[in-house]
Amino acid sequence: MSVALETRGLCKSFGALTVADQINFRLEAGARHALIGPNGAGKTTFVNMLTGVLSPSSGRILLTGEDITELGAAKRVKRGLGRTFQINALFRRLSVLDNVALAVAERLGVAPRKLRAASAHSEVRNEGMDLLSTLGLAEDAAQPILDLPYGKQRLVEIAIALGLRPKVLLLDEPAAGVPSLESHRILQVLDKLPRDIAILIIEHDMDLVFRFAQRITVLVQGEVLVEGTPEEIGRDKRVHQVYLGEQRHA
Amino acid sequence: MSTHAGGYSADPRIRRVEWLPWIVALAGFFLLPEYLSLGARILIYILYALSLDLIVGYAGIITLGHSAYFGLGAYVAGILAAKAGIADPMAQLAAAAAAGALLGLATGAIILRTRALTLLMLTLAITSVLLEIANKASSLTGGADGLSGVVVAPILGLFKFDIFGKTAYLYCLAVLLVGWWLIRKLIYSPFGTSLTGVRENSLRMHAIGAPVYWRLVLVYTISATIAGIAGGLITQTNQFVGLNVLSFESAGELLVMLILGGVGRIYGAFVGPVVYLVAQDLLAKQFPEYWYLGIGTMLVLVVLFARGGILGIVDSLIAKLRRKA
Repeated sequence: MSVALETRGLCKSFGALTVADQINFRLEAGARHALIGPNGAGKTTFVNMLTGVLSPSSGRILLTGEDITELGAAKRVKRGLGRTFQINALFRRLSVLDNVALAVAERLGVAPRKLRAASAHSEVRNEGMDLLSTLGLAEDAAQPILDLPYGKQRLVEIAIALGLRPKVLLLDEPAAGVPSLESHRILQVLDKLPRDIAILIIEHDMDLVFRFAQRITVLVQGEVLVEGTPEEIGRDKRVHQVYLGEQRHA
Repeated sequence: MSTHAGGYSADPRIRRVEWLPWIVALAGFFLLPEYLSLGARILIYILYALSLDLIVGYAGIITLGHSAYFGLGAYVAGILAAKAGIADPMAQLAAAAAAGALLGLATGAIILRTRALTLLMLTLAITSVLLEIANKASSLTGGADGLSGVVVAPILGLFKFDIFGKTAYLYCLAVLLVGWWLIRKLIYSPFGTSLTGVRENSLRMHAIGAPVYWRLVLVYTISATIAGIAGGLITQTNQFVGLNVLSFESAGELLVMLILGGVGRIYGAFVGPVVYLVAQDLLAKQFPEYWYLGIGTMLVLVVLFARGGILGIVDSLIAKLRRKA
Protein backbone atom coordinates (compact mmCIF):
# COMPACT_ATOMS: atom_id res chain seq x y z
CA MET A 1 0.00 0.00 0.00
CA SER A 2 1.34 3.45 -0.81
CA VAL A 3 1.78 6.10 1.85
CA ALA A 4 -0.30 9.27 1.59
CA LEU A 5 1.24 11.20 4.44
CA GLU A 6 4.30 10.43 6.50
CA THR A 7 6.33 12.11 9.22
CA ARG A 8 9.88 11.12 10.10
CA GLY A 9 11.29 12.05 13.46
CA LEU A 10 9.08 15.10 13.78
CA CYS A 11 9.99 17.27 16.77
CA LYS A 12 8.75 20.58 18.09
CA SER A 13 9.84 22.36 21.20
CA PHE A 14 9.04 25.76 22.59
CA GLY A 15 12.12 26.55 24.67
CA ALA A 16 12.50 23.75 27.22
CA LEU A 17 9.01 22.45 26.55
CA THR A 18 8.89 19.57 24.06
CA VAL A 19 5.43 19.17 22.55
CA ALA A 20 6.33 16.74 19.78
CA ASP A 21 9.06 14.18 20.28
CA GLN A 22 10.30 12.03 17.39
CA ILE A 23 6.90 11.39 15.87
CA ASN A 24 7.09 8.75 13.14
CA PHE A 25 3.70 8.47 11.59
CA ARG A 26 2.31 6.89 8.41
CA LEU A 27 -1.06 7.48 6.86
CA GLU A 28 -1.73 4.89 4.14
CA ALA A 29 -3.57 5.83 0.96
CA GLY A 30 -7.32 5.65 1.53
CA ALA A 31 -6.80 5.10 5.25
CA ARG A 32 -9.31 5.81 7.99
CA HIS A 33 -6.94 6.67 10.77
CA ALA A 34 -7.60 8.32 14.12
CA LEU A 35 -5.23 10.26 16.33
CA ILE A 36 -6.25 10.28 19.96
CA GLY A 37 -4.68 11.29 23.22
CA PRO A 38 -5.46 13.18 26.40
CA ASN A 39 -5.57 16.97 26.48
CA GLY A 40 -2.14 18.47 26.04
CA ALA A 41 -0.81 15.37 24.28
CA GLY A 42 0.29 17.52 21.32
CA LYS A 43 -2.42 16.60 18.82
CA THR A 44 -3.06 20.17 17.77
CA THR A 45 0.66 20.92 17.49
CA PHE A 46 1.02 17.84 15.29
CA VAL A 47 -1.82 18.96 13.02
CA ASN A 48 -0.43 22.48 12.85
CA MET A 49 2.92 21.09 11.73
CA LEU A 50 1.27 18.89 9.11
CA THR A 51 -0.69 21.82 7.68
CA GLY A 52 2.19 24.27 7.76
CA VAL A 53 0.92 26.58 10.48
CA LEU A 54 3.90 25.67 12.68
CA SER A 55 7.31 24.67 11.40
CA PRO A 56 8.88 21.67 13.14
CA SER A 57 12.13 22.02 15.11
CA SER A 58 13.42 18.95 13.28
CA GLY A 59 12.15 16.03 11.21
CA ARG A 60 10.48 15.74 7.82
CA ILE A 61 6.93 15.68 6.50
CA LEU A 62 6.17 13.83 3.26
CA LEU A 63 2.97 14.09 1.24
CA THR A 64 2.62 11.22 -1.23
CA GLY A 65 6.38 10.74 -1.03
CA GLU A 66 7.32 14.38 -1.62
CA ASP A 67 9.00 16.41 1.09
CA ILE A 68 6.69 19.29 2.02
CA THR A 69 8.43 20.30 5.26
CA GLU A 70 9.49 23.66 3.85
CA LEU A 71 6.27 24.47 1.99
CA GLY A 72 3.82 27.11 3.22
CA ALA A 73 0.25 26.29 4.18
CA ALA A 74 -1.30 27.41 0.89
CA LYS A 75 1.15 25.35 -1.20
CA ARG A 76 0.37 22.23 0.84
CA VAL A 77 -3.31 22.76 0.07
CA LYS A 78 -2.48 22.91 -3.63
CA ARG A 79 -0.58 19.61 -3.26
CA GLY A 80 -3.71 17.95 -1.89
CA LEU A 81 -3.66 18.42 1.88
CA GLY A 82 -7.04 19.60 3.16
CA ARG A 83 -8.18 20.22 6.70
CA THR A 84 -11.16 21.15 8.83
CA PHE A 85 -11.05 23.15 12.04
CA GLN A 86 -11.91 22.19 15.58
CA ILE A 87 -13.64 25.53 16.05
CA ASN A 88 -15.73 26.44 13.01
CA ALA A 89 -13.72 28.54 10.58
CA LEU A 90 -16.50 29.52 8.21
CA PHE A 91 -17.32 32.59 6.14
CA ARG A 92 -20.05 33.58 8.52
CA ARG A 93 -22.03 36.15 6.60
CA LEU A 94 -21.77 34.34 3.26
CA SER A 95 -24.24 31.75 2.06
CA VAL A 96 -23.65 28.04 2.57
CA LEU A 97 -23.13 27.63 -1.16
CA ASP A 98 -20.58 30.46 -1.33
CA ASN A 99 -18.67 28.92 1.56
CA VAL A 100 -18.14 25.78 -0.49
CA ALA A 101 -17.85 27.58 -3.84
CA LEU A 102 -14.93 29.65 -2.55
CA ALA A 103 -12.95 26.45 -1.99
CA VAL A 104 -13.94 24.98 -5.35
CA ALA A 105 -13.04 28.26 -7.07
CA GLU A 106 -9.59 28.28 -5.50
CA ARG A 107 -8.97 24.71 -6.60
CA LEU A 108 -10.11 25.43 -10.16
CA GLY A 109 -8.21 28.71 -10.18
CA VAL A 110 -11.16 30.86 -11.30
CA ALA A 111 -10.70 33.52 -8.62
CA PRO A 112 -7.86 35.38 -10.34
CA ARG A 113 -9.97 35.85 -13.47
CA LYS A 114 -11.17 39.33 -12.79
CA LEU A 115 -14.28 40.58 -14.43
CA ARG A 116 -16.51 37.68 -15.43
CA ALA A 117 -19.39 37.32 -12.98
CA ALA A 118 -18.95 34.66 -10.32
CA SER A 119 -22.42 33.28 -11.03
CA ALA A 120 -21.43 32.77 -14.68
CA HIS A 121 -18.97 30.11 -13.49
CA SER A 122 -21.55 27.36 -13.47
CA GLU A 123 -18.87 24.70 -13.04
CA VAL A 124 -18.09 26.14 -9.60
CA ARG A 125 -21.72 26.50 -8.58
CA ASN A 126 -22.68 23.02 -9.80
CA GLU A 127 -19.83 21.33 -8.04
CA GLY A 128 -20.65 23.26 -4.87
CA MET A 129 -24.30 22.19 -5.09
CA ASP A 130 -23.31 18.55 -5.72
CA LEU A 131 -21.16 18.59 -2.63
CA LEU A 132 -23.93 20.10 -0.53
CA SER A 133 -26.36 17.48 -1.83
CA THR A 134 -24.11 14.59 -0.83
CA LEU A 135 -23.85 16.07 2.66
CA GLY A 136 -27.61 16.65 2.85
CA LEU A 137 -27.25 20.43 2.86
CA ALA A 138 -28.80 21.24 -0.53
CA GLU A 139 -31.85 22.89 1.01
CA ASP A 140 -29.69 25.23 3.05
CA ALA A 141 -27.56 26.41 0.11
CA ALA A 142 -28.92 29.97 0.08
CA GLN A 143 -28.87 30.44 3.88
CA PRO A 144 -26.19 32.56 5.47
CA ILE A 145 -23.98 30.43 7.74
CA LEU A 146 -25.08 32.55 10.73
CA ASP A 147 -28.63 31.21 10.43
CA LEU A 148 -27.56 27.56 10.38
CA PRO A 149 -27.76 25.27 13.44
CA TYR A 150 -24.38 24.31 14.85
CA GLY A 151 -24.50 20.68 13.73
CA LYS A 152 -25.02 21.74 10.13
CA GLN A 153 -22.23 24.28 10.42
CA ARG A 154 -19.93 21.39 11.29
CA LEU A 155 -20.98 19.70 8.05
CA VAL A 156 -20.21 22.87 6.06
CA GLU A 157 -16.81 22.83 7.72
CA ILE A 158 -16.25 19.42 6.11
CA ALA A 159 -17.85 20.46 2.81
CA ILE A 160 -15.35 23.32 2.38
CA ALA A 161 -12.44 20.92 2.79
CA LEU A 162 -14.00 18.49 0.31
CA GLY A 163 -14.31 21.33 -2.21
CA LEU A 164 -10.51 21.18 -2.42
CA ARG A 165 -10.64 17.50 -3.52
CA PRO A 166 -7.84 16.65 -1.12
CA LYS A 167 -5.79 13.46 -1.28
CA VAL A 168 -5.32 13.71 2.45
CA LEU A 169 -7.96 15.16 4.74
CA LEU A 170 -7.28 16.13 8.35
CA LEU A 171 -10.46 16.29 10.40
CA ASP A 172 -9.82 18.23 13.59
CA GLU A 173 -12.55 17.13 16.01
CA PRO A 174 -15.39 17.14 13.47
CA ALA A 175 -17.94 16.35 16.19
CA ALA A 176 -16.70 18.97 18.66
CA GLY A 177 -19.60 20.85 20.19
CA VAL A 178 -22.19 18.66 18.53
CA PRO A 179 -24.67 17.02 20.92
CA SER A 180 -24.07 13.25 21.00
CA LEU A 181 -27.55 12.66 19.61
CA GLU A 182 -26.53 14.49 16.45
CA SER A 183 -23.00 13.15 16.14
CA HIS A 184 -24.34 10.14 14.22
CA ARG A 185 -25.12 12.62 11.41
CA ILE A 186 -21.45 13.51 11.30
CA LEU A 187 -20.50 9.83 11.29
CA GLN A 188 -22.93 9.12 8.45
CA VAL A 189 -21.25 11.85 6.41
CA LEU A 190 -17.77 10.62 7.26
CA ASP A 191 -18.71 7.09 6.22
CA LYS A 192 -19.78 8.39 2.82
CA LEU A 193 -16.55 10.24 2.06
CA PRO A 194 -14.77 9.02 -1.10
CA ARG A 195 -12.57 6.02 -0.37
CA ASP A 196 -9.59 7.44 -2.26
CA ILE A 197 -9.17 10.21 0.32
CA ALA A 198 -6.83 9.28 3.14
CA ILE A 199 -8.38 10.59 6.35
CA LEU A 200 -6.77 11.41 9.64
CA ILE A 201 -9.32 12.23 12.31
CA ILE A 202 -8.53 13.84 15.65
CA GLU A 203 -11.47 13.28 17.92
CA HIS A 204 -12.48 13.03 21.57
CA ASP A 205 -15.73 11.22 20.92
CA MET A 206 -14.47 7.61 21.45
CA ASP A 207 -17.67 6.16 20.12
CA LEU A 208 -17.12 7.91 16.82
CA VAL A 209 -13.41 7.05 16.73
CA PHE A 210 -13.91 3.34 17.28
CA ARG A 211 -16.70 3.11 14.74
CA PHE A 212 -14.93 5.12 12.06
CA ALA A 213 -11.22 4.37 12.28
CA GLN A 214 -9.42 1.30 10.95
CA ARG A 215 -6.23 2.31 12.69
CA ILE A 216 -5.62 4.40 15.79
CA THR A 217 -2.52 6.20 16.95
CA VAL A 218 -2.33 7.23 20.59
CA LEU A 219 -0.28 10.31 21.35
CA VAL A 220 0.84 11.04 24.92
CA GLN A 221 3.06 13.93 25.95
CA GLY A 222 4.23 14.52 22.42
CA GLU A 223 5.19 10.89 21.81
CA VAL A 224 3.48 8.05 20.01
CA LEU A 225 2.50 5.65 22.77
CA VAL A 226 1.07 2.93 20.58
CA GLU A 227 -0.52 2.39 17.19
CA GLY A 228 -2.85 -0.38 16.11
CA THR A 229 -6.32 -1.49 15.08
CA PRO A 230 -9.26 -0.36 17.24
CA GLU A 231 -9.33 -3.85 18.83
CA GLU A 232 -5.66 -3.69 19.76
CA ILE A 233 -6.02 -0.19 21.16
CA GLY A 234 -9.14 -1.17 23.06
CA ARG A 235 -7.22 -4.02 24.74
CA ASP A 236 -4.07 -2.04 25.46
CA LYS A 237 -3.58 -1.54 29.21
CA ARG A 238 -1.36 1.53 28.85
CA VAL A 239 -3.97 3.25 26.72
CA HIS A 240 -6.61 2.54 29.35
CA GLN A 241 -4.34 3.95 31.99
CA VAL A 242 -3.49 7.26 30.33
CA TYR A 243 -6.54 7.88 28.29
CA LEU A 244 -9.58 5.70 28.20
CA GLY A 245 -9.78 5.35 31.97
CA GLU A 246 -9.55 9.06 32.39
CA GLN A 247 -12.21 9.48 29.73
CA ARG A 248 -14.58 7.18 31.61
CA HIS A 249 -14.26 9.19 34.78
CA ALA A 250 -14.82 12.44 32.95
CA MET B 1 -31.82 49.08 -3.20
CA SER B 2 -30.64 46.06 -1.22
CA THR B 3 -27.04 45.02 -0.77
CA HIS B 4 -24.65 44.00 -3.48
CA ALA B 5 -22.73 41.17 -1.90
CA GLY B 6 -21.56 39.31 -4.99
CA GLY B 7 -21.12 35.55 -4.77
CA TYR B 8 -21.70 32.47 -6.87
CA SER B 9 -25.48 32.65 -6.85
CA ALA B 10 -25.82 36.43 -7.13
CA ASP B 11 -27.46 37.80 -10.26
CA PRO B 12 -24.93 40.27 -11.67
CA ARG B 13 -27.38 42.02 -14.00
CA ILE B 14 -28.05 45.68 -13.31
CA ARG B 15 -31.34 46.09 -11.47
CA ARG B 16 -33.81 48.77 -12.49
CA VAL B 17 -33.35 50.73 -9.26
CA GLU B 18 -29.65 51.03 -10.04
CA TRP B 19 -30.44 53.50 -12.81
CA LEU B 20 -31.88 55.86 -10.21
CA PRO B 21 -28.62 57.58 -9.21
CA TRP B 22 -27.82 58.31 -12.85
CA ILE B 23 -31.28 59.68 -13.52
CA VAL B 24 -30.99 61.87 -10.41
CA ALA B 25 -27.55 63.04 -11.55
CA LEU B 26 -28.84 64.01 -14.99
CA ALA B 27 -31.96 65.63 -13.54
CA GLY B 28 -29.71 67.63 -11.24
CA PHE B 29 -27.74 68.82 -14.22
CA PHE B 30 -30.84 70.28 -15.86
CA LEU B 31 -32.81 71.38 -12.81
CA LEU B 32 -30.12 72.84 -10.54
CA PRO B 33 -27.70 74.64 -12.87
CA GLU B 34 -26.49 76.95 -10.08
CA TYR B 35 -25.32 73.97 -7.99
CA LEU B 36 -23.17 72.25 -10.60
CA SER B 37 -19.87 72.90 -8.87
CA LEU B 38 -21.21 71.33 -5.67
CA GLY B 39 -22.60 68.57 -7.88
CA ALA B 40 -19.22 67.86 -9.44
CA ARG B 41 -17.67 67.75 -5.98
CA ILE B 42 -20.30 65.24 -4.89
CA LEU B 43 -19.65 63.07 -7.97
CA ILE B 44 -15.93 63.06 -7.25
CA TYR B 45 -16.50 62.12 -3.61
CA ILE B 46 -18.80 59.30 -4.73
CA LEU B 47 -15.98 57.88 -6.85
CA TYR B 48 -13.58 58.35 -3.93
CA ALA B 49 -16.02 56.68 -1.52
CA LEU B 50 -16.53 53.80 -3.96
CA SER B 51 -12.80 53.16 -3.97
CA LEU B 52 -12.91 53.09 -0.18
CA ASP B 53 -15.95 50.79 -0.08
CA LEU B 54 -14.10 48.28 -2.24
CA ILE B 55 -11.36 47.81 0.36
CA VAL B 56 -13.23 48.58 3.60
CA GLY B 57 -16.63 47.13 2.80
CA TYR B 58 -15.66 44.17 0.64
CA ALA B 59 -12.07 43.22 1.45
CA GLY B 60 -12.28 44.27 5.11
CA ILE B 61 -9.12 46.40 5.00
CA ILE B 62 -9.55 49.13 7.60
CA THR B 63 -7.90 52.43 6.74
CA LEU B 64 -7.71 56.04 7.83
CA GLY B 65 -5.20 56.98 5.18
CA HIS B 66 -7.02 56.73 1.89
CA SER B 67 -6.38 60.45 1.41
CA ALA B 68 -2.76 59.53 0.58
CA TYR B 69 -3.78 58.23 -2.85
CA PHE B 70 -6.46 60.86 -3.43
CA GLY B 71 -4.04 63.61 -2.44
CA LEU B 72 -1.18 62.23 -4.50
CA GLY B 73 -3.46 62.05 -7.55
CA ALA B 74 -4.53 65.63 -6.89
CA TYR B 75 -0.96 66.88 -6.63
CA VAL B 76 0.34 64.91 -9.60
CA ALA B 77 -2.43 66.29 -11.83
CA GLY B 78 -1.86 69.77 -10.38
CA ILE B 79 1.91 69.77 -10.78
CA LEU B 80 1.62 68.53 -14.37
CA ALA B 81 -0.87 71.28 -15.13
CA ALA B 82 0.78 74.14 -13.25
CA LYS B 83 4.48 73.34 -13.50
CA ALA B 84 5.08 70.94 -16.37
CA GLY B 85 2.75 72.60 -18.85
CA ILE B 86 0.79 69.44 -19.58
CA ALA B 87 -2.74 70.77 -19.95
CA ASP B 88 -4.47 67.77 -21.51
CA PRO B 89 -7.02 66.53 -18.92
CA MET B 90 -6.79 62.91 -20.05
CA ALA B 91 -3.00 62.92 -19.63
CA GLN B 92 -3.36 64.52 -16.19
CA LEU B 93 -5.92 61.94 -15.15
CA ALA B 94 -3.79 59.07 -16.46
CA ALA B 95 -0.82 60.37 -14.50
CA ALA B 96 -2.95 60.73 -11.35
CA ALA B 97 -4.15 57.15 -11.82
CA ALA B 98 -0.62 55.84 -12.36
CA ALA B 99 0.67 57.69 -9.30
CA GLY B 100 -2.18 56.32 -7.17
CA ALA B 101 -1.49 52.80 -8.48
CA LEU B 102 2.25 52.96 -7.83
CA LEU B 103 1.86 54.33 -4.32
CA GLY B 104 -0.95 51.84 -3.63
CA LEU B 105 1.22 48.94 -4.74
CA ALA B 106 4.33 50.12 -2.88
CA THR B 107 2.59 50.94 0.40
CA GLY B 108 0.06 48.10 0.17
CA ALA B 109 2.85 45.56 -0.23
CA ILE B 110 4.28 46.73 3.09
CA ILE B 111 1.27 47.48 5.26
CA LEU B 112 -1.00 44.60 4.20
CA ARG B 113 1.24 42.17 6.05
CA THR B 114 -0.27 43.69 9.18
CA ARG B 115 -3.84 43.78 10.42
CA ALA B 116 -6.33 45.65 12.58
CA LEU B 117 -4.89 48.49 14.69
CA THR B 118 -1.35 48.18 13.33
CA LEU B 119 -2.73 48.48 9.83
CA LEU B 120 -4.86 51.46 10.82
CA MET B 121 -1.85 53.25 12.31
CA LEU B 122 0.28 52.55 9.24
CA THR B 123 -2.35 53.95 6.86
CA LEU B 124 -2.48 57.02 9.05
CA ALA B 125 1.31 57.31 8.97
CA ILE B 126 1.48 57.11 5.18
CA THR B 127 -0.89 60.00 4.60
CA SER B 128 0.80 62.05 7.37
CA VAL B 129 4.21 61.55 5.77
CA LEU B 130 2.86 62.58 2.38
CA LEU B 131 1.22 65.65 3.91
CA GLU B 132 4.53 66.70 5.42
CA ILE B 133 6.36 66.16 2.13
CA ALA B 134 3.78 68.28 0.28
CA ASN B 135 4.09 70.93 2.98
CA LYS B 136 7.89 71.09 2.76
CA ALA B 137 8.34 70.78 -1.01
CA SER B 138 6.73 74.15 -1.57
CA SER B 139 8.60 74.92 -4.79
CA LEU B 140 6.70 72.07 -6.37
CA THR B 141 3.46 71.97 -4.38
CA GLY B 142 3.03 75.54 -3.22
CA GLY B 143 3.25 74.30 0.37
CA ALA B 144 0.69 75.72 2.77
CA ASP B 145 -0.40 78.34 0.22
CA GLY B 146 -1.58 75.63 -2.11
CA LEU B 147 -0.90 75.06 -5.76
CA SER B 148 -2.61 77.48 -8.11
CA GLY B 149 -2.28 78.16 -11.80
CA VAL B 150 -3.69 74.79 -12.74
CA VAL B 151 -4.39 74.85 -16.47
CA VAL B 152 -6.81 72.35 -17.95
CA ALA B 153 -7.24 72.23 -21.72
CA PRO B 154 -10.56 71.27 -23.35
CA ILE B 155 -11.44 67.59 -22.91
CA LEU B 156 -10.38 65.63 -26.02
CA GLY B 157 -9.71 69.06 -27.52
CA LEU B 158 -13.49 69.58 -27.82
CA PHE B 159 -15.16 70.45 -24.51
CA LYS B 160 -13.92 73.53 -22.74
CA PHE B 161 -14.28 73.83 -18.96
CA ASP B 162 -16.86 76.62 -18.54
CA ILE B 163 -17.38 78.93 -15.57
CA PHE B 164 -20.79 77.40 -14.82
CA GLY B 165 -19.21 73.99 -14.30
CA LYS B 166 -21.36 72.23 -16.90
CA THR B 167 -18.44 70.52 -18.62
CA ALA B 168 -16.82 69.65 -15.30
CA TYR B 169 -20.04 68.08 -14.02
CA LEU B 170 -20.62 65.88 -17.07
CA TYR B 171 -16.93 64.99 -17.22
CA CYS B 172 -16.96 63.84 -13.58
CA LEU B 173 -20.20 61.97 -14.19
CA ALA B 174 -18.62 60.11 -17.12
CA VAL B 175 -15.53 59.16 -15.11
CA LEU B 176 -17.72 58.07 -12.19
CA LEU B 177 -19.78 55.90 -14.55
CA VAL B 178 -16.64 54.08 -15.71
CA GLY B 179 -15.36 53.69 -12.14
CA TRP B 180 -18.71 52.41 -10.89
CA TRP B 181 -18.95 49.91 -13.75
CA LEU B 182 -15.50 48.54 -13.01
CA ILE B 183 -16.02 48.27 -9.25
CA ARG B 184 -19.41 46.64 -9.70
CA LYS B 185 -17.90 44.10 -12.09
CA LEU B 186 -15.13 43.37 -9.60
CA ILE B 187 -17.56 42.85 -6.75
CA TYR B 188 -19.61 40.33 -8.72
CA SER B 189 -16.54 38.47 -10.00
CA PRO B 190 -14.89 35.42 -8.37
CA PHE B 191 -12.13 37.81 -7.31
CA GLY B 192 -14.65 39.99 -5.47
CA THR B 193 -16.18 36.93 -3.82
CA SER B 194 -12.76 35.79 -2.66
CA LEU B 195 -12.26 39.25 -1.12
CA THR B 196 -15.44 38.85 0.92
CA GLY B 197 -14.02 35.47 1.92
CA VAL B 198 -10.90 37.20 3.24
CA ARG B 199 -13.06 39.74 5.06
CA GLU B 200 -15.14 37.01 6.69
CA ASN B 201 -12.30 34.65 7.59
CA SER B 202 -8.78 35.19 6.31
CA LEU B 203 -7.51 32.14 8.23
CA ARG B 204 -9.86 29.88 6.28
CA MET B 205 -8.94 31.56 3.00
CA HIS B 206 -5.34 30.57 3.71
CA ALA B 207 -6.52 27.07 4.53
CA ILE B 208 -8.23 26.68 1.14
CA GLY B 209 -5.00 27.68 -0.56
CA ALA B 210 -5.81 31.28 -1.52
CA PRO B 211 -2.91 33.73 -1.86
CA VAL B 212 -4.58 36.12 0.58
CA TYR B 213 -1.77 38.67 0.74
CA TRP B 214 -1.53 39.10 -3.03
CA ARG B 215 -5.28 39.42 -3.39
CA LEU B 216 -5.27 42.20 -0.80
CA VAL B 217 -2.33 43.98 -2.45
CA LEU B 218 -4.15 43.79 -5.78
CA VAL B 219 -7.45 45.18 -4.53
CA TYR B 220 -5.62 47.85 -2.54
CA THR B 221 -3.76 48.92 -5.69
CA ILE B 222 -6.99 49.05 -7.70
CA SER B 223 -8.63 51.11 -4.98
CA ALA B 224 -5.65 53.48 -4.75
CA THR B 225 -5.75 53.93 -8.53
CA ILE B 226 -9.39 54.97 -8.42
CA ALA B 227 -8.73 57.27 -5.46
CA GLY B 228 -5.89 58.81 -7.48
CA ILE B 229 -8.27 59.44 -10.37
CA ALA B 230 -10.76 61.06 -7.98
CA GLY B 231 -7.90 63.25 -6.72
CA GLY B 232 -7.03 64.22 -10.30
CA LEU B 233 -10.65 65.21 -10.88
CA ILE B 234 -10.80 67.42 -7.80
CA THR B 235 -7.72 69.31 -9.06
CA GLN B 236 -9.17 69.72 -12.53
CA THR B 237 -12.53 70.99 -11.30
CA ASN B 238 -11.12 73.28 -8.57
CA GLN B 239 -8.06 74.30 -10.60
CA PHE B 240 -6.31 74.46 -7.27
CA VAL B 241 -4.72 71.96 -4.86
CA GLY B 242 -4.54 72.58 -1.11
CA LEU B 243 -2.76 70.55 1.58
CA ASN B 244 -6.13 69.43 2.95
CA VAL B 245 -6.44 66.77 0.22
CA LEU B 246 -3.74 64.80 2.06
CA SER B 247 -4.94 65.33 5.62
CA PHE B 248 -6.15 62.36 7.58
CA GLU B 249 -9.18 64.46 8.53
CA SER B 250 -10.26 64.20 4.92
CA ALA B 251 -9.73 60.43 5.01
CA GLY B 252 -11.80 60.31 8.19
CA GLU B 253 -14.46 62.47 6.60
CA LEU B 254 -14.61 60.05 3.69
CA LEU B 255 -15.03 57.12 6.07
CA VAL B 256 -17.84 59.01 7.82
CA MET B 257 -19.58 59.52 4.45
CA LEU B 258 -19.31 55.82 3.67
CA ILE B 259 -20.60 54.74 7.08
CA LEU B 260 -23.49 57.20 6.80
CA GLY B 261 -24.48 55.80 3.44
CA GLY B 262 -23.81 52.15 4.28
CA VAL B 263 -20.63 50.08 4.04
CA GLY B 264 -20.18 47.17 1.65
CA ARG B 265 -23.22 47.81 -0.55
CA ILE B 266 -21.91 49.96 -3.46
CA TYR B 267 -24.71 52.54 -3.27
CA GLY B 268 -23.84 53.54 0.27
CA ALA B 269 -20.92 55.29 -1.41
CA PHE B 270 -23.48 57.24 -3.47
CA VAL B 271 -25.85 58.19 -0.67
CA GLY B 272 -23.19 59.11 1.92
CA PRO B 273 -21.40 61.87 0.01
CA VAL B 274 -24.71 63.33 -1.20
CA VAL B 275 -26.11 63.57 2.32
CA TYR B 276 -22.84 64.72 3.87
CA LEU B 277 -21.88 67.34 1.30
CA VAL B 278 -25.38 68.70 0.85
CA ALA B 279 -25.78 68.95 4.65
CA GLN B 280 -22.40 70.63 4.80
CA ASP B 281 -23.45 73.12 2.12
CA LEU B 282 -26.83 73.91 3.69
CA LEU B 283 -25.86 73.85 7.35
CA ALA B 284 -22.51 75.53 6.99
CA LYS B 285 -24.19 78.59 5.50
CA GLN B 286 -26.78 78.76 8.27
CA PHE B 287 -24.75 77.61 11.24
CA PRO B 288 -21.08 77.92 10.34
CA GLU B 289 -20.01 77.11 13.90
CA TYR B 290 -22.39 74.27 14.71
CA TRP B 291 -22.94 72.31 11.55
CA TYR B 292 -20.48 69.58 12.56
CA LEU B 293 -22.77 68.92 15.50
CA GLY B 294 -25.49 67.93 13.03
CA ILE B 295 -23.18 65.57 11.13
CA GLY B 296 -21.88 64.15 14.41
CA THR B 297 -25.39 63.48 15.70
CA MET B 298 -26.31 61.78 12.44
CA LEU B 299 -23.22 59.56 12.63
CA VAL B 300 -23.87 58.58 16.24
CA LEU B 301 -27.47 57.66 15.43
CA VAL B 302 -26.46 55.64 12.38
CA VAL B 303 -23.72 53.77 14.23
CA LEU B 304 -25.96 53.04 17.23
CA PHE B 305 -29.21 52.18 15.52
CA ALA B 306 -28.57 51.49 11.85
CA ARG B 307 -25.39 49.57 11.21
CA GLY B 308 -26.30 49.33 7.53
CA GLY B 309 -26.25 53.12 7.21
CA ILE B 310 -28.97 55.15 5.51
CA LEU B 311 -29.42 52.46 2.88
CA GLY B 312 -29.78 49.88 5.62
CA ILE B 313 -32.66 51.93 7.03
CA VAL B 314 -34.23 52.18 3.58
CA ASP B 315 -33.91 48.40 3.15
CA SER B 316 -35.59 47.58 6.45
CA LEU B 317 -38.40 50.08 5.72
CA ILE B 318 -39.03 48.45 2.35
CA ALA B 319 -39.00 45.01 3.98
CA LYS B 320 -41.58 46.18 6.54
CA LEU B 321 -43.84 47.64 3.85
CA ARG B 322 -43.65 44.39 1.85
CA ARG B 323 -44.62 42.34 4.89
CA LYS B 324 -47.66 44.54 5.49
CA ALA B 325 -48.75 44.43 1.84
